[in-house]
Amino acid sequence: MIKTDALIIGAGPTGLFTAHQLKLIGLSCEIVDNLDKIGGQCIELYPDKPIYDIPAIPECTGEELTNNLIKQLKPFNIKFHLSERVEEVKKNNENWHVKTNKGTEFSTPNIIIAGGVGSFEPRKFSPKECEKFENKSIFYAIKDKSIFKGKTVSIFGGGDSALDWAIELSNDSKVNLVHRRDEFRGAQATVDKMNELVKINKINLLTKYQLKSVSSKDNLESIEIEHDNKEIKNLKTDYVLGFFGLIMQLGPIANWGLNIDKKTISVDTEKFETNQKGIYAVGDICTYPGKLKLILSGFHEGALAARACFKLARPNEKYRFEFTTSSKSIKDRLGVKE
Amino acid sequence: MAKITYIEHDGKSHTIEVANGLSVMEGAVQNNIPGIDADCGGSMACATCHVYVKEEWFNKLPKKEDGEDDMLDMAFEPKKNSRLSCQLMVTDQIEGLVVNLPEKQV
Repeated sequence: MIKTDALIIGAGPTGLFTAHQLKLIGLSCEIVDNLDKIGGQCIELYPDKPIYDIPAIPECTGEELTNNLIKQLKPFNIKFHLSERVEEVKKNNENWHVKTNKGTEFSTPNIIIAGGVGSFEPRKFSPKECEKFENKSIFYAIKDKSIFKGKTVSIFGGGDSALDWAIELSNDSKVNLVHRRDEFRGAQATVDKMNELVKINKINLLTKYQLKSVSSKDNLESIEIEHDNKEIKNLKTDYVLGFFGLIMQLGPIANWGLNIDKKTISVDTEKFETNQKGIYAVGDICTYPGKLKLILSGFHEGALAARACFKLARPNEKYRFEFTTSSKSIKDRLGVKE
Repeated sequence: MAKITYIEHDGKSHTIEVANGLSVMEGAVQNNIPGIDADCGGSMACATCHVYVKEEWFNKLPKKEDGEDDMLDMAFEPKKNSRLSCQLMVTDQIEGLVVNLPEKQV
């Protein structure tokens, strides 16, 4: 069981800056995020898109913003729990008892939800019967590529993941690559490489097709794909891989007894506290009269929520407001030499 | 100002007047029409404002810009007549536009 003054859910810009604010005022914190990397939507949805409305930064990309926030956190040794999703939140005396899907457990007086629009999950195939085969013969990520050796693999998608795996697996497997249109959004060099392999029949390319159904007894045997013009083709296949990118789902947050309306959590604007004492929501996931879904609003919300955490984490101490320009104790925490 | 009809997946139809300059997505969100999530808020960074445009309208609308089809690859059940409603701007010219909403967005 990890004890911490505050647990932050979400490693996007708001979560990162909130961690900075907590550490600055002398509180400990750890961060959990379902993605395998730091940065949230900035890194997953728009790493290369320029942002123009971060105060004092005329222009930066989602990736640059993330890197700068990580740099700002460098003086503090913050523990990140990536590729983990918080599943359970329960009250245990004065503290919250938090458990992730990997079994990590925390005990903390303060939980700050900086979860954006929820956790990123792979977009799945729409035919219902696909669920039955998930992680057996239908995959949305590859952990062990050796299982595909000598087998027929049908890969769906038009981005880099689909193309990279089609190229990689074509060495030892029979590969069908299926995409809903003729254009691919993968890197040009990867698209070129794939086209070469199609020419020498190492990859069987089927465009303007989408998955229609899977047929099976106990094991997956074949799939039906449908062309834009409604023509249906049957493909014998051992495995099916889908790479359609990630979508955001609120997930378990919906079960923690919070006031949720249209995927956002109601908070007050003094502490950014939810209807549960010691649980705060900041950034895109929170709502209040006048809420703007801007990164700069998330920074402000995190700063105030961090001060609210102090009260519960240090009930016997009084919080004293200090500036980073003049406070000796803040400079010590930052490791700044005078 | 244009009258736009949003038809939910179960057939329920909503016709509303949307001001010029708003997107078809904003028209739906501001009028509480269910079935359009718009998780990213209209920055073409997700595919949760996905709609099907009636055939007769599809070719009358401004063409998709770079990136819209890339996002549609990630939509739930994209079709030939799929668009992201955040990219459809309301003008007098689209008076009478009809869009069908997919079974779900995520």
